[in-house]
Amino acid sequence: MFELNVNGQSHQVDVPADMPVLWVLRDVLGMTGTKFGCGIAQCGACTVHADGDAVRSCLLTVADAVGRQITTIEAIGGTPEGARVQKAWLDLEVVQCGYCQSGQIMSAAALLKRAPKPTDTDIDDAMSGNICRCGTYVRIRQAIHAAAEA
Amino acid sequence: MTYMAPTRRNFLKVGAALGGGLIVGLRMPGNARAEAAEANAPFAPNAFIRITPDGKITFIMSHTEVGQGIYTSASMLLAEELEVGLDQIEVEPAPPNVALYIDPNLGEQATGGSTSTIAGWGPLRIAGATARTMLVQAAAQKWRVDPATCVAARGVVRRGANGGGLTYGQLATAAAALPVPKDVALKPPSAFTLIGTPQKRLDTPGKVNGSLQFGMDVQIPGMKIGTVAACPVRGGTLRQIDEEAARAVPGVIDVVKLDDAVAVIGDHYWAAITGLRAAAAQWHDGPHGGVSTAGIIDALKQASDSDGFTALKRGDPHAAIAGAAKSLEAVYELPFLSHAPMEPINTTLHVRPDGADLWVGTQVPPRAQAAVAKNTGLKPEQVTVHNQYMGGAFGRRLDVDSIEQAARIAKNLSYPVKLIWSREEDITQDLLRPYYYDRVAAGLDADGKIVGWTHRTTCSWVMARWAPPGMKEGGKLDPDTVEGAMETPYDFPAQLNQTVRSEPDGVITAWWRGVGPTHNIFVVEGFVDELAAEAGIDPVDFRRRLAARNPRALGVLNLAAEKSGWGRKLPKGTGRGVSLQFAFNSYVATVLEVSVSDRGEVALHQAHVAADVGPVVNPDTLRAQLQGGLIFGLSMAMFNEITHANGRVLQSNFHDYRVLRMNEAPDVTVHIVDNPTAPIGGVGEAGTASASAALANAIFAASGRRLRRIPFATGQLAETGRS
Amino acid sequence: MKKKQFFFDRKNPKTFARFGSLPGYRRVSQETKVFCFFFSKKKYVLPLLLLSSSLAYAADNGEYLTRAADCAACHTKPGNVPFTGGRAIKLPVGTIYSPNITPDKDTGVGNYTDDEWVSALQRGVGHNGKYLYPAMPYNSYTLMSRQDALAIKSYLFSLKPVHNQVPANSLSFPFNQRWSLWFWNQVNNPAHRFEPDTQKSADWNRGAYLVQALGHCGQCHTPRNWMQGLKQGDQLAGAKQQGWLAYNITSDKTHGIGGWSDADLRQYLSTGTAPNHGPASGPMAEAITDSLRYLTAADIAAIVTYLRDVPPQTSGPPALLASAKTATTPDPLGVHVFNDACAGCHLPDGQGRQSAWASLAGDHSVGDPAGTNMLQILAHGSELRTNDRLVFMHEFTRSYTNEELAAAANYLTTTLSGRDSQVTAADIAAARTE
Repeated sequence: MFELNVNGQSHQVDVPADMPVLWVLRDVLGMTGTKFGCGIAQCGACTVHADGDAVRSCLLTVADAVGRQITTIEAIGGTPEGARVQKAWLDLEVVQCGYCQSGQIMSAAALLKRAPKPTDTDIDDAMSGNICRCGTYVRIRQAIHAAAEA
Repeated sequence: MTYMAPTRRNFLKVGAALGGGLIVGLRMPGNARAEAAEANAPFAPNAFIRITPDGKITFIMSHTEVGQGIYTSASMLLAEELEVGLDQIEVEPAPPNVALYIDPNLGEQATGGSTSTIAGWGPLRIAGATARTMLVQAAAQKWRVDPATCVAARGVVRRGANGGGLTYGQLATAAAALPVPKDVALKPPSAFTLIGTPQKRLDTPGKVNGSLQFGMDVQIPGMKIGTVAACPVRGGTLRQIDEEAARAVPGVIDVVKLDDAVAVIGDHYWAAITGLRAAAAQWHDGPHGGVSTAGIIDALKQASDSDGFTALKRGDPHAAIAGAAKSLEAVYELPFLSHAPMEPINTTLHVRPDGADLWVGTQVPPRAQAAVAKNTGLKPEQVTVHNQYMGGAFGRRLDVDSIEQAARIAKNLSYPVKLIWSREEDITQDLLRPYYYDRVAAGLDADGKIVGWTHRTTCSWVMARWAPPGMKEGGKLDPDTVEGAMETPYDFPAQLNQTVRSEPDGVITAWWRGVGPTHNIFVVEGFVDELAAEAGIDPVDFRRRLAARNPRALGVLNLAAEKSGWGRKLPKGTGRGVSLQFAFNSYVATVLEVSVSDRGEVALHQAHVAADVGPVVNPDTLRAQLQGGLIFGLSMAMFNEITHANGRVLQSNFHDYRVLRMNEAPDVTVHIVDNPTAPIGGVGEAGTASASAALANAIFAASGRRLRRIPFATGQLAETGRS
Repeated sequence: MKKKQFFFDRKNPKTFARFGSLPGYRRVSQETKVFCFFFSKKKYVLPLLLLSSSLAYAADNGEYLTRAADCAACHTKPGNVPFTGGRAIKLPVGTIYSPNITPDKDTGVGNYTDDEWVSALQRGVGHNGKYLYPAMPYNSYTLMSRQDALAIKSYLFSLKPVHNQVPANSLSFPFNQRWSLWFWNQVNNPAHRFEPDTQKSADWNRGAYLVQALGHCGQCHTPRNWMQGLKQGDQLAGAKQQGWLAYNITSDKTHGIGGWSDADLRQYLSTGTAPNHGPASGPMAEAITDSLRYLTAADIAAIVTYLRDVPPQTSGPPALLASAKTATTPDPLGVHVFNDACAGCHLPDGQGRQSAWASLAGDHSVGDPAGTNMLQILAHGSELRTNDRLVFMHEFTRSYTNEELAAAANYLTTTLSGRDSQVTAADIAAARTE
């Protein structure tokens, strides 16, 4: 039994110690906004925040997540950075298929928290772990700049 | 492909909805498949528009949303003529019903080939206009006034501009009882208030806050979660598993063995995948255990010595080339490709003795329904398809192999099951874009004009497997293999197009974004660029001369050249490449600027894409599709290939099936040519089709290296290469 | 305890399953008991009360000894049943295949008598007097007691015999002449049992026995002479084996493990990582996966006690201080590739993102300007199984060019160690084939 804090709520979950937080969120807690893309931390679709840092929940074990504040796409709009990022995403019509965008938004929100006025290089460094097959990168970059200006 | 033009002769079908209200749909006469389906189908109580007495307006989407924005664009077409706002409607996916929802260009209810907007352009506006006309008539009858004095706007019919009004909901039942007008007037483009304006996509909010449900996110009461391993070699079979070990994993509920696969079902994916690993499946490789990429390429090369089927012969190209001042020939190669959409393959299925429910994101709902029926013994009408938003498809979800597999598994289970393929399974079990081996030759006269052109492609014929009725010339031609090769934007006085069918051992081939044009435009535009260099003429000027009698092609070419600053000097190691195409009924020119470093590193700087697609529905979506489509194509041209050894796919995830990332993507600017009276074109794949040639030509301009084999950036340009 | 293999095969998901759910982990802790060590020569008896609940196995337990001797590592082909052999071992003079050591009479060791078995382990002369190739570390196992050797035999003989004919060795002349090994043995096999040093503690002696005899650590960590024998004067001074650098693990503070705390060493040996020392990878990850993680806390502590006392040597790349940083402007290509492929786990600064094993700070490999081990990991990946999780890194050579991977390696080394890293594309190309 592990105690997992997700979006400010505490959950008791009876799962294996090595179960990734991704699957606890999706299959145990029913929170499907966080996506499964690769399972090896190569695509970033599963990005959540652990104590405010962007982590890949597909490789974050539940045992390692105990005692850390997990924030997901469902609640990121409650943070100032998250709200600005989501608004910019809407304003600029970033999404296409949308499957990667939860992870993109989580990475972008973590970036803005760390670097409120990111340069293009900052964006490259922070966002290159998040794959978008639809190729929305041009607008993601614009939207991050827009969110930083907001 | 010849695209069907919108026509008033399309047969409208209007009726009362269950529980009152109005529904409007229409069918395409003259399509044997649709008519046959219609003859057997009961009248379906839904079509494109459903208005219920409570005022709810629902648009039913005949095409599926894979990220291309069709739900929004189709809704704009309906809403424009119905006179409602996009904020007043809801959308829902159409059920499988070929009679109602056929795409005339594809011959079935399917989404692909960049045809959705082309297919909807006429019919959806007619459906909207018909519904609006009847609602206005119903109001006029109630008020006993001339319909011409009534005005419809935002879902309300008013008597005159400021008169009292009745909502569409209030009018729907009465409207449904009226005769269907034979001819409805469509708005002229100048009267459009939605079409041609940038509209927010309907699906964006749910995709930004995580609430939108993809197939992967389906949750059904009592549902369990499973994962699958199929034999890594096509045609092989399951030899043995350690079932005891799999069942010993906590959370594992069931193990299902098929001839060629094993599934482990658990309380959650982690139990299922852990159980699947514990099962340690071993396989009989079967007849294809020796398949290798080198062997497949050898077979294609050999097959390319034969003439194959001649799809086009104009003049005497061989003689023209033989007599030319200069001649050139080349071989172009394109690798097998996986689709790798962000959302791995998944299927949720509940099979019961008397029926089944299927929750899946599919580009072909009727095929999905049939797949479940065939594998469970149920009748198609007993299978309810709940189509889901797709996390990308790129052609992958035009096939239903994974749904067939899911049906074979789920029929053994008493509960609903969501079957998820791991990314490794998604890539190694993908149906692949064919390997293309193309031989091209051309001759130039003394002025640098092309006098003869021959192009022979050797490849698997996807159409022959996927839709034999789509074959042409009495089944002797897969038209996809020459699409983009036969109809170029250019005048070639003598031209020969041949296609040789050569099916690879142990590989199933499938559609992939951009289909024929993604293949052929790389070859045609790459080779045209070679000829320009051979003639010593600037690549844009060379194309201008070739396309002199094609004003729309010239229009996009000149626009892209102008916006990109074509001709302006660039630093050493940097170059621009151009590609011009006519595909999916659209004209597109792309200019891409890249640099190539001493280490063979290709950096993509910026792209300018000019497009003439005829009428534009949602310009913001058009830009997005061209931006994203180009980047998808560049990703492929830079990095993508699937290779085989011992019958197995060697790539398995994004570490070895590399895709373009944020720090590698170019800036892409789209320039739209306003052309509202031209036939409408498709755009979902146009950017992808233009990418490879623009990149190859830019690399040539930057480095002097001519690349004819995709992918480019995995060693061809480097000192020591990749392998 | 049930004689069922569930720990050996790193590719065998069964293992993963069991530890995924932790039954094996708990099972260990149920077997707390008191036991003794016997060292044969001088009847050196060390009654030892085991306090930790994780100390589980009797030292004469064949399964435990088989793990401590890490027989599985070589005698299992990845993906196959443990101990069925067939793993290719590439030598400069050809390739040999590890034999099947299940008790199958046709293809395994089912015909071995006790004496033959002991002779194989201690003298390198096996069934029917056949000379074994010294890829089999009998020049280490020779220190093993007959009792332990036979305990291992009885464990292996309790397993299910598996018929598995391994491929024939492909050695060039004269190395395919087994009789020639008689000469090699005269020079390179000390051929005597472990002799405890009475001046040292029992703990030290236990550690020495584990390191020298069972664990055969020197087979990787001790440099070899021209005959491929172990250089006795350079014990554990570091060596390159099969493309990997087995680091200097002498007590030297800069080049060896002298700068590590006891706690870090123990954690590293048991779990494959320790704060500011990076993760174990390659053959060391295999040693932890198949062997070290099963050792009791007392045995791990004994190993540490012994290693602390190995005479210092200054060979090999100096160890890295976790705080080392550089001010050099990194190669943009290295940054680019690192952000693409690596930062998802390691973070752009290499500090690790979602797992302790992904932290590269202080990693000896990151301090090696030649990048020897980093090249191997990039080219072949690495996998480590601990008692509660699987840790892995994929190879990256299928989709990244040699130039890109060299740049990424140099970026990481330069950034984390401040040392001038000089990995070239040709080095990556070579690592692909190693």
